[in-house]
Amino acid sequence: MPMTLVEKIISAKVGSEVRPGQLVMTPVDQVFAHDLSGPLAITQLKKLGFKGFKNPEKVRFFLDHASPSSTVQSANEQKTIRDFADEWGVELIDVGEGISHQIVMEKYAKPGEIILGGDSHTCTGGTLAALASGMGSTDIAVAMFLSKTWLRVPETMRFIIKGKLPRGVYSKDVMLHIVGKIGVDGATYRSMEFVGPAVDSWGIADRAVLPNMAVEAGGKCGLCPSDEHTKEYLTAHGRPQDYQPLAGDVDAPCTFELTVDCSILEPQIAMPHNVDNVVGVTDKKVRGVKVHQIYLGTCTNGRIEDFREIAKILKGNRVAKGTRLVATPASRTVYLEGLREGVWETIIEAGGLVNSPGCGACPGIQTGILGNGENCLSTMNRNFKGRMGNPEAFIYLASPATCAASALTGVITDPREVVR
Amino acid sequence: MSDKGRAWLFGDDISTDLIFPGRYVHLLSNMPELVKHTLCDARADYAGGVKQDDFVVAGNNFGMGSSREQAAVIIKLSGARAVLAKSFARIFFRNSINNGLPCIEVDTDGIAEGDELSVDFEKGVLRDHTNGIERPFEPLPPIMTKILADGGLIAHVQKHGDFAM
Repeated sequence: MPMTLVEKIISAKVGSEVRPGQLVMTPVDQVFAHDLSGPLAITQLKKLGFKGFKNPEKVRFFLDHASPSSTVQSANEQKTIRDFADEWGVELIDVGEGISHQIVMEKYAKPGEIILGGDSHTCTGGTLAALASGMGSTDIAVAMFLSKTWLRVPETMRFIIKGKLPRGVYSKDVMLHIVGKIGVDGATYRSMEFVGPAVDSWGIADRAVLPNMAVEAGGKCGLCPSDEHTKEYLTAHGRPQDYQPLAGDVDAPCTFELTVDCSILEPQIAMPHNVDNVVGVTDKKVRGVKVHQIYLGTCTNGRIEDFREIAKILKGNRVAKGTRLVATPASRTVYLEGLREGVWETIIEAGGLVNSPGCGACPGIQTGILGNGENCLSTMNRNFKGRMGNPEAFIYLASPATCAASALTGVITDPREVVR
Repeated sequence: MSDKGRAWLFGDDISTDLIFPGRYVHLLSNMPELVKHTLCDARADYAGGVKQDDFVVAGNNFGMGSSREQAAVIIKLSGARAVLAKSFARIFFRNSINNGLPCIEVDTDGIAEGDELSVDFEKGVLRDHTNGIERPFEPLPPIMTKILADGGLIAHVQKHGDFAM
């Protein structure tokens, strides 16, 4: 029987052919929590009479949401996590290293694995053809304790992406377009599988936006095939041995199929307060809207390829008066790459500011909380009311290029006017 | 069990950011304080007005977004007997069951603010005693029913030493 990618991954893990809708108990390869989900996970582990991990090499804690700590409380919670990791011999990825999802991609995720994280954007790991899925602290604690979890095998929605991206249009625009089409609950409980000639031609940075935002449509996971680009990425990160080719069968039955021709797309904007509230950048509802803050980075678009595109647009220009630009690299690796390439210099000379690697302003707990009535245009993945710390503010989502172009004018701007 | 409680109405796409806003993250480990802000960005009057065994009633996609488990924990601690919605976001759904807060996928159209509701969990029936509506609902998958009956996932694993599927 032909199988979708998620069915193949789960079948291999449980040792028998699975079908959508089936409930399975499956071993997990990696489990992690971060500074917000970690404290409760530790409390729950202690309630379970925890006396050490069966598989400590599968367990990790990341400190990324407040990086570095933003309050006495967050400092103490991070201390609890550091002490716990130290006591029980599991890896602690400390503040300044970057966002868990980016580091999982760079260092840990392997095609075919099942990865659970105490964060909704854990689905980012699907870029490397791993079934990576977000869960709450209690599920994470139990998965850390038992090295397994229960799952309902999800139905698959197949997204066939074809065509060449036009100038000024990026994978972020493709994903915003998809979420706009299917809605914020269009993929609930399902696996979003991204295939087609466009995906095949993209590198890992372009692909990552798709699985990263699967949860914005309610998806359990988002998956890309593992192919030569995956091999190249894993090799570049010093782990060629982790590569294996892996893809869903093209003739596997799925519950939904959508073909997107990206050659006819224009840059997209998600308007407040839902990710599916999407229009083209030329729509009069967004064109010319005043932007008080530009926020660049996150697990969606905080990679070096994103910042290179931003730097190209900002080079030799100034951020508009009345607009502030905040940039946060997704990881230490991205930070160093940008440093060597002069990307941060360009951003700072243009009038922007650069923060230490991590989640930055996205979760609304530090470094870039918005004022009442202010508009933010960001490369991040969600624009819910209150997301950036203030329910009286408004968040618009776009590609790095649209954000950079808008930084120069101070209003939402079509990047095709500046991208050559 | 079929205790009566009042309906608190919410719309579609209630995110966990609306249930537990990031600006209260300093209360992450302080449930008695955090519970005072339950659902505050969706309805400012909920946390102060909700009574034990009332019901949170919503439209589609309740609990979308962040995996923050405290969103489910504080709804339970606020006194809500269950969340009734047309559909749920999956992480929130698991979190709620893991914390002993029933989530019931049921047609909520026609239920008005303050209506007297009761839920028969065994038979799978929602009753609106104010307007006489009766709605059947599908029971949870067996593993979730068991977790709920055991009082949440931690109690479940304490009792069985494992998942009892």
